Amino acid sequence: MAEVKTPDDTDGVQIDMISAQRMEGLTSMEKIRMILDGVREGNIVILEEGLTPDEESRLIEVTMTEISPDEFNGIEIESYPQSDDDGGSFLGRLMGKDSTPKKLTVIGPADQIETLHKDETLISALVSRN
Amino acid sequence: MGLLTGLRDSISRAAASLFSEQDPKRIGIYGPPNAGKTTLANRIVRDWTEHGDAVGPESHIPHETRRARRKENVEIERNGKSVSIDIVDTPGVTTKVDYTEFLDHDMEKEDAVRRSREATEGVAEAMHWLREDVDGVIYVLDSAEDPFTQVNTMLIGIIESQDLPVLIFANKIDLEDSSVKRIRNAFPQHETVPLSALEGDNMDEVYGKIAEYFG
Repeated sequence: MAEVKTPDDTDGVQIDMISAQRMEGLTSMEKIRMILDGVREGNIVILEEGLTPDEESRLIEVTMTEISPDEFNGIEIESYPQSDDDGGSFLGRLMGKDSTPKKLTVIGPADQIETLHKDETLISALVSRN
Repeated sequence: MGLLTGLRDSISRAAASLFSEQDPKRIGIYGPPNAGKTTLANRIVRDWTEHGDAVGPESHIPHETRRARRKENVEIERNGKSVSIDIVDTPGVTTKVDYTEFLDHDMEKEDAVRRSREATEGVAEAMHWLREDVDGVIYVLDSAEDPFTQVNTMLIGIIESQDLPVLIFANKIDLEDSSVKRIRNAFPQHETVPLSALEGDNMDEVYGKIAEYFG
C-alpha cells in the first residue's frame, strides 16, 4: 500500500487553491482565519475570488496582531488588478456595498516567499523551502 | 446588508457630514514605511500652529512612527479657503514586519523585537482607524520608489471603498531618482501633488490642495 504523505512529512510547499464557492458562505473573519491558518502552516493560499477592500483591511489588521518574533513575520500578497468595469455600480456605492472583489489573489508566508511579482496578466512567486 | 439598512446608513452618513461642517476634519496621513509621513506632518504643524511642536521624530529607520499621533485644530488657509484639521500621523502600513531588519541599524535584539512588536500594534491600529475614524486621507509615497506595490493598491482601494476624499502626495522630489509621472500613472484616478516635505518644496500647492479637498 502506498504511503500517504502529509505536509509535515515532506519538504515541499503545499498550495491551497480555494474556490469562490468555498468562500461564498463564510463571514469575513472566517475567510481571514482560513487564509491565515493556511499561511501560518507554511502554505501558499490562492483565492479564486479575492477579498473585498474591507476584508483586505481586516486581513492586514489581524496579520499584524499575529506577528511574533522567530515564528511568524507576516504575509506576502498579490492580486490581479481590478478591471475598470469591476468598480461597482453607483447605486451599490450609495448603499455602502463593497465593490466587487478583485480577481485571483495569492497569499503566502513572508519568510518563505522570496519574491512575489505581478504584472497585468501574471503573478510569479519564488518560494523557498526554508 | 439589507436595502433599508443600507439606505438608512447612507442617509445617516450624509446627515453626519452635513452637521459636522464646523468640526475639524480628521485627516489621516497614510502610506508605506519611510515615505516621509512624519516629516510632512511635522512641516504642516510647524507652518500652521503657534508653537510649532513636532508631531513625532523623523528617522531613516523603518517604523520610527509606531503609534498614531494626532495634532488637533491645525488651521490651514490658502486661496480664500480655510480648513481646520486634526492631523493623524500613522505608522507605515505593511503586511510583514521582521525584527531582524532592525538589527542592521545597530540595534540589539531586545530593542529590535520591541520595535517590531510596537510597529505591528501601530499598523493594526492604523487599519482600524482607517475604517472607523478618519474623514479624509493624505496618502504619501516616496516618488523615488516603485508605487506599484500590493500594499499601495490595497490601501488606495480600501480608502476608495470608504468614499473618503484622498490626495496623493509624491514626496521626496528632491531625490535624483524621483518620478512623479510614475506615481500619476499608478493612480490616475486621484490628484497627485509633488513635494519635498524635507526641503519644503511646493508646499504652497500642498496647502492649497489640502484647503480645497478637505475644506
